[in-house]
Amino acid sequence: MVAKRKKKYESGEGSAYMSRRAALKKLQLTLKDFRKLCILKGVYPREPRKRKVAQKGATGIQTLYSKKDILFLAADPILWKMREFKSHFKKVGRARAMNNQDQLRRFLKRHPTLPLDHIVKERYPSFNDALRDLDDCLTLLFLFSTFPSLKAVPRDHSELCQRLTMEFLHVVIAAKALRKVFVSIKGYYFQAELRGETITWIVPHHFSFQPQNKSEVDFKVMSHFVEFYCVMLGFVNFRLYNQLNLYYPPKLTQSTGDDIEKTLVDENAYVSERIASLNVELARSGGNDPIEEEEQQLDQFALSDNPEQMEKMRKDIERSRKVKTLFKGLKIFVNREVPREPIVFCVRALGGEVSWDKTLFVGSTFDEDDESITHQIVDRPSMEKQYISRYYVQPQWIFDSVNAAEVLPIERYLMGAILPPHLSPFLDETRDQRYKPPEELELLGLEVPAQLKKAQETSDGSDEESDAENAEEDKEEEDEEEHSGEESSGDGEGDEEDENIDKEEKERLEKKKKMAVTRGKLEKEDPSLERREAYSEYKLREKMIKNKHRKLYKSMMEGRTKRKKEAWLLRKKRRRVEEEEGAAKKAARKEKKKAAAAMEA
Amino acid sequence: MVVKQTVNIDSCKALTRENMATNRAASKRKLEKVEQNGKNNALTAQNGAEESDEEDYLQTISDVDSSDQEGDQSGSDESEGELENIDEDNTEDSSDADSEEGENESDDGEEEDDSDVEEEDENEEENDSEDKSDLEWESDASSEDDAENLLKNVKKVTKTKVKSQDSTLATESNESASEEHLDPSKSINSKDSKDSNVQGTSKDEYESGDTSDEEDIRNTVGNIPMNWYDEYPHLGYDWDGKPIMKPKTGDTLDFFLKRMEDPNFFRTVKDPQTGQDVVLSDRDVELIKRLQSGQIPDAAFDDTAPWVEYFTSDVMKTPLRKFPEHKRSFLPSKSEAAKVSKYVHALKMGWMKTRSELAEEQRKKREKNFYMLWGADDNSVEEMRRIENHLPAPKRHLPGHAESYNPPAEYLLDKEELRQWKKCQETPWKRKIHFVPQKYKSLREVPSYPRYIRERFLRCLDLYMCPRALKMKLMIEPEDLVPKLPSPRDLQPFPTTMSMVYEGHTDMVRCITVDPKGQFMISGSDDLTIKVWEVSTGRCLRTINVGGVVRSVCWCPNQALSIVAVAADRKLLLINPGVGDSLVIAKTDLLLKEEPEDSSVIPERVKAAVQWEQAKDEEWASGIRVVINHFKEIKQVTWHGRGDYFATVMPEGIHRSVVIHQLSKRRSQVPFSRSKGLVQCVLFHPVQPMLFVATQRNIRVYDLLKQEMVKKLSTLSRWVSSMAIHPGGDNLLVGTYDRKMMWFDLDLSTSPYQTLRLHGTAVRGVAYHKRYPLFASGSDDRSVIVSHGMVYNDLLKNPLIVPLKRLQYHEPNNDFGIFDVIFHPTQPWVFSAGSDKTIRLYS
Repeated sequence: MVAKRKKKYESGEGSAYMSRRAALKKLQLTLKDFRKLCILKGVYPREPRKRKVAQKGATGIQTLYSKKDILFLAADPILWKMREFKSHFKKVGRARAMNNQDQLRRFLKRHPTLPLDHIVKERYPSFNDALRDLDDCLTLLFLFSTFPSLKAVPRDHSELCQRLTMEFLHVVIAAKALRKVFVSIKGYYFQAELRGETITWIVPHHFSFQPQNKSEVDFKVMSHFVEFYCVMLGFVNFRLYNQLNLYYPPKLTQSTGDDIEKTLVDENAYVSERIASLNVELARSGGNDPIEEEEQQLDQFALSDNPEQMEKMRKDIERSRKVKTLFKGLKIFVNREVPREPIVFCVRALGGEVSWDKTLFVGSTFDEDDESITHQIVDRPSMEKQYISRYYVQPQWIFDSVNAAEVLPIERYLMGAILPPHLSPFLDETRDQRYKPPEELELLGLEVPAQLKKAQETSDGSDEESDAENAEEDKEEEDEEEHSGEESSGDGEGDEEDENIDKEEKERLEKKKKMAVTRGKLEKEDPSLERREAYSEYKLREKMIKNKHRKLYKSMMEGRTKRKKEAWLLRKKRRRVEEEEGAAKKAARKEKKKAAAAMEA
Repeated sequence: MVVKQTVNIDSCKALTRENMATNRAASKRKLEKVEQNGKNNALTAQNGAEESDEEDYLQTISDVDSSDQEGDQSGSDESEGELENIDEDNTEDSSDADSEEGENESDDGEEEDDSDVEEEDENEEENDSEDKSDLEWESDASSEDDAENLLKNVKKVTKTKVKSQDSTLATESNESASEEHLDPSKSINSKDSKDSNVQGTSKDEYESGDTSDEEDIRNTVGNIPMNWYDEYPHLGYDWDGKPIMKPKTGDTLDFFLKRMEDPNFFRTVKDPQTGQDVVLSDRDVELIKRLQSGQIPDAAFDDTAPWVEYFTSDVMKTPLRKFPEHKRSFLPSKSEAAKVSKYVHALKMGWMKTRSELAEEQRKKREKNFYMLWGADDNSVEEMRRIENHLPAPKRHLPGHAESYNPPAEYLLDKEELRQWKKCQETPWKRKIHFVPQKYKSLREVPSYPRYIRERFLRCLDLYMCPRALKMKLMIEPEDLVPKLPSPRDLQPFPTTMSMVYEGHTDMVRCITVDPKGQFMISGSDDLTIKVWEVSTGRCLRTINVGGVVRSVCWCPNQALSIVAVAADRKLLLINPGVGDSLVIAKTDLLLKEEPEDSSVIPERVKAAVQWEQAKDEEWASGIRVVINHFKEIKQVTWHGRGDYFATVMPEGIHRSVVIHQLSKRRSQVPFSRSKGLVQCVLFHPVQPMLFVATQRNIRVYDLLKQEMVKKLSTLSRWVSSMAIHPGGDNLLVGTYDRKMMWFDLDLSTSPYQTLRLHGTAVRGVAYHKRYPLFASGSDDRSVIVSHGMVYNDLLKNPLIVPLKRLQYHEPNNDFGIFDVIFHPTQPWVFSAGSDKTIRLYS
């Protein structure tokens, strides 16, 4: 018997993938429905290892889905639900076209709903999986919670988003999970740590909604995502509340359902209500605070093999413990011009007390004239009535304090002061090629480059000198790799010392003439020579890199030099800026002096 | 007035009853009755036309007159006729002054009167007949005729009602105008009116219904401005269509006389319709006066009379109905009760829902309810079908300092950078950062980011459209890729610095060789000479002109002989350099002086290629002992370890490119009948009878005894330049023009054990040290690289190769660098021959 001939693309890579068109045909869906299904079920195209084979020899680039994924989609009952939707819309459309209002109303009343609970369970087998994937979810929901009623985003959509996000913020407050904050030009980045998972989300600045060009943004797609994310966040919230011994649907506002509709009309009132709710402790369902227990456990069981890792872990734990009670005992009053939501959230999440003007917004807990207020957050250059018992600081103080994990000294953040730069807390400290601005170095407790310090201390120092220094340093940085051509100054130093020795010897010789034994010369090791030697050795060793690693090594080194160059550029720019500033200051001072002299004259 | 005229139904009934008693002939009252009936009708109409009411009404009507409704009707008819009469009378009365004209009219009126009388008679007859029928209807109202009649009557009644109403209205409006008019309300009760009725029906009726505009019309032109007729002699047309002529108007004198004489002149008014003068009555004058003074026109009207409320203005508890409600209107409806109970049951059973319940349900349906989706135990993962081989989406990059609202100054773009950024509008992926960093003085100044929604949207697109694949990410530093090798310090001794330069050649030095003891060195150069050097001093001992470019020199390894083989163009010269031990020198000379007898026949193929020749005298003096002429340029010469055989390579010699010579017998042989390529170099195995032949790409190993190929080593390079064999004989080093060096372990494989890319350019010479585990290579980049190449006796252990030192001292001269490298036989020193006309020693 002849063995059956193997056909092409019937096994392996060639049969593992399916183009989108084939998938549509298989599932009997329109592209629109398929898109929605993919979004809800979390199915995405795959990048095949051998594209040509996977596309069954077709040229060009197709969107390829794993065949198993498509079969997986086909098995889900949601597919039937979607077909139901289709027929429902057909009916509704017909009734509308026939102007059969009665029927239309009846159909609309029986609008089918998509059950998504099982999909959440399916996509996130464990709770931690869900937490891990919460970044996009939160960012999108926070965005949607600011939306007005759109065609693709009905009012109850954004209302639900508002509710869920608010609940989540409350969890973060209750769990004291906030770790880092960053005010970017795009929005506020918050980073929280829940059950060991780091979650980062963005809350946009005010008035984030702007009408978008249709070709730029498709709200329909986003609303599909939001549909799923709402369900997901709801379950996550439920679980988190449960864990913290809190009642789940928390009573966030005093108003009932009817009032919500009323307040929705007045957006501002609604927002202020929301913020006010952040200031309220949630009802606990009994039992003590589980966070504290967790903490104790961590202290006992923090073990690891790698000492470096261990050290890092220890540091992290230390930091988070510090952050948790950062604002404890502080009473902070927020002035009315300050964006309240992030401030209130930060302060409350880190154990502080916060309030605001009672007459302007609801929910303030104490008044401005309260003597026990320690800090007042102001965002204006000056204020008429000030209390002596408190500090007036700018809002950046809060955020920088959170990132530094300590209550920073307020000197640089006082009212009307020019703020120090606000730095991102998310950058990896271990990467060495990255440019670190001097402020960051200072924060890390590292030494700040000398010329910068000088510039900071005395702006009218000898600029030329520092210039020369800078130039030298620049050169060194640039030519770090080119040692070979360069004769270092080390030799000169050695010579000098030699000379000294010679002198001594001469003196001695004068004292004791005709000695047979001459003193041996001390051979000094030239450090630069040694370095060069080592470098050339390394260069030779570099040639021994295995063939298969050669390109990788090359590209890595290229990347490194590129990063170095970028860092160098930034450093140079910084120096220039500082020089300019110094010059301006100097000129100003000179002018002042001149003016003073003129006055005297 | 209307209020006053409306009379309570009961009183009406009383009246009608009274009337019933009165004689039918008492026609004086008829008018009143008619009026009252009409009023009743109006009332009933107001009360609403319920069936029962209507019946009642009919009854009352039937009750009202002995002559029934017919009577009423006739009465009304009469009244109509009479009214007209009244009109005429009225006019007659009123127009006493213009009696001249009234004749015609009165005639007409009489005629009309007559017709009216006839009508009356007819009516009366009818009434009589209908009286009977009415009686019958009263007794038995079911007969059809009667019903028909009734209907007719009703119709008539309604007609009359309307008419009578009209007439009453007319009276009302005009009552004040006519002097003789009596208030109807009064007339109802007043006996005067009765009296007057008694006196003459026609007169009375005139009084009551006079001066309606319709009745009074004698001129038919209608309501037009009368000045249209100014030009005509007539004023309009009367009912017969005859023109009404304008009355004669007297001149001013007449007018004046009239004014003077007529006592009634002030009350004379001209009727524009007829053009007649009308004298107003006293009452009229009085009325006008009252009107002018703004008083109520009717002097008799008492505006302070107490208000009589016939109907209360309050809402009454019981409707204004004279019969009681039916019982069923007080009892709950049974059918409704059944329906209600049905609904209640449905509600109880939950089949039906109230609106609020439905709304609640709808709300609940819309509202998501959440529950404990994941079990309390975190690790337990429920078994369910999941997406296969799931690749979670990578997280977004976290922002750097540049994205801050208040970044350090160096992150802000300057003008040039901003220009660059803007230039990449079409190709945004080329930008270093996707946004323009901004600096704001305070937090409240930060606006919303305009591309925020777009960015989120793109992220969504990435999540569902971007193909995902697992990519390995290297978490290593580049230094980790560099192999860990022992430090060169531990591998000493090896040459580290240049210690000697041998200068003297006037052109590139192509080749060098060291004597077996390591005392002397011979170099061959492009200046057609070879030089003999003392290694330790760097002194040139001898210079021998060989008359050709020296491509290769090789010292005979046999220490008993002092012979150097020199390849100069097409000649191979065996030279006795005359340095070293004089005994050896003498012995060598002796040996080479005589040609050994050669009995064997040299094949033609070899003969044509190689001829041995004894050196001539002048050559002998310069040290040349034997000359072997080749038919092509010799590129390389190499000795066998014993020092008897040596091989030459002529790359252009095609099949005869390799020739092996035997010194003792002065004989040559061509070992290969066919060449396998362009032969580059050959090499004898140090111990075994084997020959390595390197063509451009491969190296073939031949067993000289068996005369067969043992191995073929593939170099995987383009062009082999040189080769060296390890003194142990198991490892081979090959240098190539394509910058590589290959270390072959002959026991291991036919492919290179290691390929070294130590040089940047073509490698021209490689060499092993005889004693130390060192090898060196020289290349066109003017550098010699000395490496550690340890070969272990243990077969399982691979050779250790460590590059040790790069020695770059040669000066650049044309494109070449180093042509040859060679180790000192005993010391860890290395020589290199460079294109800069020098030879250098490194120690």
